[in-house]
Amino acid sequence: MLELTNIEKRFGRLQALRGVCVSAREGTIHGLIGENGAGKSTLMKVLTGFVHMTGGEIRLRGNRVHPGGPRDAMALGIGMLYQEPLDFPQLSVLENFIAGQAAYAPTAARQRLARLAQDFSFHLRADDLVGDLTVGERQQLELLRLIDGGASVLILDEPTTGISAQQQEVLFAALRRLKATGATVLLVSHKLEEIDLLCDEVTVLRHGQVVARRSRPFDRDDLLQAMFDRLPEREGAAPKAATGPALLVFDRACAGSGRAALSGLSLTISGGEIVGLAGIDGSGQNTFLKLAGGLLEPTSGETRLEGEHSGAPRRPTLGVDTVYLPADRLAEGLFPQLSLREHHLLASPGRALLTPSAGLEETSRAIAVHGIKGEAQQPVQDLSGGNQQRLLLSLIPEKTRLILMENPTRGLDVHSARSTWKLLRRRLADQGAAIVFASPDLDEVMREASRILVFAANRVVLDIPAGEASSHILSRAITGQVDAPIAP
Amino acid sequence: MEISLATFLAAVAAMSAPVILAALGETLTEKAGVVNLSLDGAILLSAMAGFVVATSSASLPLGFAASALTGSLVAAVLAIIGVSLHQSQVAAGFALTFLCRDLAYFLGHPYARQQGPQLTTLPLPGLADLPFIGEVLFSHSLVVYASFLAIPCCLLFLHRSRWGLMLRCAGENPEACWARGIDPNRVRFAAVVAGGALVGLAGGAFSLAVKPGWGQPQGCEGIGWIALALVIFGGWKPLRVALGAYLFAALQLLGIHFQDAFPTVPAQIFQVAPFPLMIFTLILIHASRRRRGRLNRLLAGNAPKWLGRAYRRS
Repeated sequence: MLELTNIEKRFGRLQALRGVCVSAREGTIHGLIGENGAGKSTLMKVLTGFVHMTGGEIRLRGNRVHPGGPRDAMALGIGMLYQEPLDFPQLSVLENFIAGQAAYAPTAARQRLARLAQDFSFHLRADDLVGDLTVGERQQLELLRLIDGGASVLILDEPTTGISAQQQEVLFAALRRLKATGATVLLVSHKLEEIDLLCDEVTVLRHGQVVARRSRPFDRDDLLQAMFDRLPEREGAAPKAATGPALLVFDRACAGSGRAALSGLSLTISGGEIVGLAGIDGSGQNTFLKLAGGLLEPTSGETRLEGEHSGAPRRPTLGVDTVYLPADRLAEGLFPQLSLREHHLLASPGRALLTPSAGLEETSRAIAVHGIKGEAQQPVQDLSGGNQQRLLLSLIPEKTRLILMENPTRGLDVHSARSTWKLLRRRLADQGAAIVFASPDLDEVMREASRILVFAANRVVLDIPAGEASSHILSRAITGQVDAPIAP
Repeated sequence: MEISLATFLAAVAAMSAPVILAALGETLTEKAGVVNLSLDGAILLSAMAGFVVATSSASLPLGFAASALTGSLVAAVLAIIGVSLHQSQVAAGFALTFLCRDLAYFLGHPYARQQGPQLTTLPLPGLADLPFIGEVLFSHSLVVYASFLAIPCCLLFLHRSRWGLMLRCAGENPEACWARGIDPNRVRFAAVVAGGALVGLAGGAFSLAVKPGWGQPQGCEGIGWIALALVIFGGWKPLRVALGAYLFAALQLLGIHFQDAFPTVPAQIFQVAPFPLMIFTLILIHASRRRRGRLNRLLAGNAPKWLGRAYRRS
């Protein structure tokens, strides 16, 4: 029996976990579900000793334990399969298998690996390079390594993201087998289908607290309700869908690889649209944005901006008619030590020599128009998040037709978020541009988008006008359940 | 000047011995993910330390121990800054290399041009009398035998031991190390200090055997940079690093002989030829990265993923 009682975790001012209690018995698969930022990952990191809890206690088979680090956790038989494979790509399968083991016995380890792989029907060759394996195979290797290391509590963090359907089958069979041998399996997931297939019990987390506990059989609607709770239905009318000319066409496009892959994209984005991308973090939204911006070449199919030649290789068009605003504004979008004026100078080319007053006028105008609280000569790192975002918006050139944004209101307070969207809408009305944004906040997607794309399992599973979307439909799609056919 | 092939090869083996020791030391360091740029200065300082200790104590073993220790100490300074304190390995390495250089000449000044002990050749009984091979391989000083032994030892250590595996893991993905209960920074620290000891031995090999004596300038200046280049040239693989060292020594020796054979070609061309050849090889390595096939695979070298980056646990 694994018992977590009143676990508390605080990161500075943020209370990530609040009195979380979870108990899982031997020989069961225990699901841990919740939306983005609910605290699932933090809780698992507490268990593996990656982060230290600020309160509460962990009991394993009745004994109070303190995993001070992964080494302690391993000694206790707690092993974790991380979302991104945490292994050594340039080393062989066998070397990965034995790295970290107390004894160095490659011959014996080779035999154990072969036996375990056979038991679990995994096809792993000891001498292959791990970097050449698929994500699914790397996961299988990690799983065998943990079992070989004597793990009796296995934590899996979103294990089915980015692996093929067959590999998923093999993984599920392996988990059932582990369950039968008396292991405790903790499955972190957002896919209710998996929960249904595998779990005996489920704990639902929201905002760092346990909001529900359920056992088989599960009622999916009930779980959804618990996960998303009071997703407010839209106040007022949905933003109108656009009627402008087609701007960006995806034609059977596939891109990316592994967990970030996207496949079978066929859709058109028109001027005047605000497209909201919803889904659990990393379900392909960022790949979509990069593809749309020409930062990523499709591996098959094509993407083209209106007016471009079909079939011609697409070069990144950033700065010409497309703008990409990254989520990490200071690190990827701005030069922290340059001033507002210098940013404006960089954005307006054609000037070779700069006088001390060059660009001052434009900058002051932008500051006034966009309501930026800051001075023209101030380094941008001194600006608040909201003002940094407004500065970025002020830098978008006039003729921009496509604005791509990763989490546009990340780290902004309500007021700044509103002003950001006000500025964006003004932009849209003035220029007939299209806006595509990804946001982990379903609220924001529902409130601001005129059309919503839902990403799950490396595909767009739902493409509907915002007017037809409800929190119920969206949350079902995000968790991998779509009953409506995908719009063409 | 005519010399036999055996004599030429024997000269190559003798000349490259310290370079091999230094380059293998740096290979171990870099395999753990740390770049130690202090090599050139560290070799000089340990050459000085080895000579001074051996002269004062009239003991060669003590002299070699002193140079190994000096190499380790210099490396430990780098490890403290670059591993424990997460600061720039490049900046620390550069500063150290110049500091060590000046320190070596300053501290070693009283001993300059003194007569000191030096390692004599020790033909291996029986083996040295073999035709050809005897002269090439078995008629050297202990330093050269050590350089021969260091190559398989380094290979075995990296690929057939738990410590070697941990070392490679620390250079590949420290985060994954941590998740497996290995503290990557401790492994790195140990690797840097151990690699430093080999670098120190290279210094001792110069002042006590290959270019015996101490003075300004010492003949080993610049060798540290060659060793650093050899690690990259060798694709972080001990065997290829050693082959690179032999190739480099052969080119240098050939240069000397070619000067006699082609008196019209300026001597400088032969002196600097090894350097552009190194760069050319690097280009070859780059070109072979994307292609498959046996030759290309042989040429391909993979830098450790976390080379030069400090690891700080999140």
